[in-house]
Amino acid sequence: MPSIVSIRNLTKTYKSGFGALQSVNLEIEEGEILALLGPNGAGKTTLISAICGIVQPTSGSVSVGGHDVVRDFRAARDLIGLVPQEITLEPFEKVFNAVSFSRGLFGKAPDPAYVERVLRQLSLWDKRDSKIVALSGGMKRRVLIAKALAHAPRVLFLDEPSAGVDVELRKDMWSVVADLKAQGVTIILTTHYIEEAEAIADRVGVINKGEILLVEDKAALMRRMGQKQLQVDLAEPLLVVPEALANYALELGPEGRSVIFTYDTKSERTGIVTLLTDLRSAGLQMTDLSTRQSSLEDIFVGLLKEEL
Amino acid sequence: MNFPATRVIFQREMARFNRTIIESLISPVISTSLYFVVFGAAIGSRIEAVDGVTYGAFIVPGLIMLTVITQSVSNASFAIHFPKFIGSIYELLSAPVSYREIVIGYVGAAAVKSILIGLVILLTAYLFVDLPIAHPIAMFALLAVTSFSFSLFGFIIGIWAKDFQQLQLIPLLVLTPLIFLGGSFYSIDMLPGIWRTIAMFNPVVYLMSVFRWSFFATADVPIAASLLAIAVFTGLCLAVVWWIFRTGWRIRQ
Ligand SMILES: Nc1ncnc2c1ncn2[C@@H]1O[C@H](COP(=O)(O)OP(=O)(O)O)[C@@H](O)[C@H]1O
Ligand SMILES: [Mg+2]
Repeated sequence: MPSIVSIRNLTKTYKSGFGALQSVNLEIEEGEILALLGPNGAGKTTLISAICGIVQPTSGSVSVGGHDVVRDFRAARDLIGLVPQEITLEPFEKVFNAVSFSRGLFGKAPDPAYVERVLRQLSLWDKRDSKIVALSGGMKRRVLIAKALAHAPRVLFLDEPSAGVDVELRKDMWSVVADLKAQGVTIILTTHYIEEAEAIADRVGVINKGEILLVEDKAALMRRMGQKQLQVDLAEPLLVVPEALANYALELGPEGRSVIFTYDTKSERTGIVTLLTDLRSAGLQMTDLSTRQSSLEDIFVGLLKEEL
Repeated sequence: MNFPATRVIFQREMARFNRTIIESLISPVISTSLYFVVFGAAIGSRIEAVDGVTYGAFIVPGLIMLTVITQSVSNASFAIHFPKFIGSIYELLSAPVSYREIVIGYVGAAAVKSILIGLVILLTAYLFVDLPIAHPIAMFALLAVTSFSFSLFGFIIGIWAKDFQQLQLIPLLVLTPLIFLGGSFYSIDMLPGIWRTIAMFNPVVYLMSVFRWSFFATADVPIAASLLAIAVFTGLCLAVVWWIFRTGWRIRQ
């Protein structure tokens, strides 16, 4: 797959002297959904802003669709739609006009039918003549998305689309994202909600302190980094894990009615078989077994801990 | 050139004007009328004709300039400061537009508003005084150029200002004195020697002089000097705007 966004050694040092991006390299493939995960202040917004032209890169380069975002900004930006993190809308403009405005700004001829389709898709059609100031927060966020889609971008940036958004809107948004992906639109979303990345992303990038720690296929990442847990339920509750089982680093479950064993799916010997044998020799009676795959959240927290 | 972008910016700014058209036009009409009552009738009747023009007629070009300059600066500065303030400027910065499309849209709309207001004042003036216009085309051209160049100036102020207080500061501290001391309501020939010399450093003097010339065919300073001053001022503003967008000063972090 060719990359549609290509970021090379991108560095941003704000005027305050703060280095928000440290030589970021990232290739984004055409048609994929990439989730950029990172805690607050990691540099997600700065990265998107530098690609979209809102922040001036200190050094390095970015190209979108093969066009340098600085030298050839018109061609590059033609392809890009941006949904900013903050709700930044002209308060007294009507919804329909606001979306038509965005379309014009991107050099497209007026197309009321297209604008109507976008508004309907986002359940905004009933509100088309409302002033933005009169809308709820969730509705305003829909307007931001509609504005970004007004010129039919090939690459869509969603900066924290789920921040402060109710479940309904989040579901709607995911379905819009799925539709766009079906049309071949590349989507980059930033989030610090791991469920979001887990739910919709093809690939996950983890960013912290202005550095990309890793970018990987979501499924592969979960497989590679994923740890599994084996829970063994016991007939008699335990107060402490017996000395004889110290090697397994077992955790006690609630009320000591189970022990939890964490193992790496990658390793040759998981240790499950010997554990079960040793449990029996320690005189513990097992009533049930279950396993659990660790989530992206566990992986993420693990990665950030490693960083420190 | 991305023409649709310029068009939507221009239309949006004009729509803002239309929403408040009554206030936008009524207030200059009222203040013009007040000036006529106070200066034209009450005081003006005791002032002898200036260069053979009754004082009531003499102040008309000054009144137009006063309003056009202040309206241009306040409209254009607000128009760009507001999106900067609420953050909606992100859209301009991330769209495939260069500073040309942005400036023509914003400054063009502000200038058109000022021209309309200037013409309304002129019509109001006809209710009070007989007013010859010696060079109507030049008059209109000067009105348009003034509206444009001060809207450009206002645009710069709007980007420079960090808050709404600073936005008010320049008109209050710089423009109003320059306009009042710029011969809006008197001929600078009326000033005593040293003040006349000082006045020559006030750019508004050159503008007022040539604008009054378009009405009464007499000027305080040579026409060429006026035109040069206007060209230099407009050129400087254009250069500053070009530099702002090139460097991203106060718009791009
Ligand atoms: N204009 C600015 N000037 C100085 N520092 C900034 C500016 N904008 C953001 N930062 C800093 O850069 C870091 C990254 O910010 P941001 O990109 O917004 O992070 P994220 O979107 O991942 O939460 C933060 O520490 C933030 O305080
Ligand atoms: Mg952010």
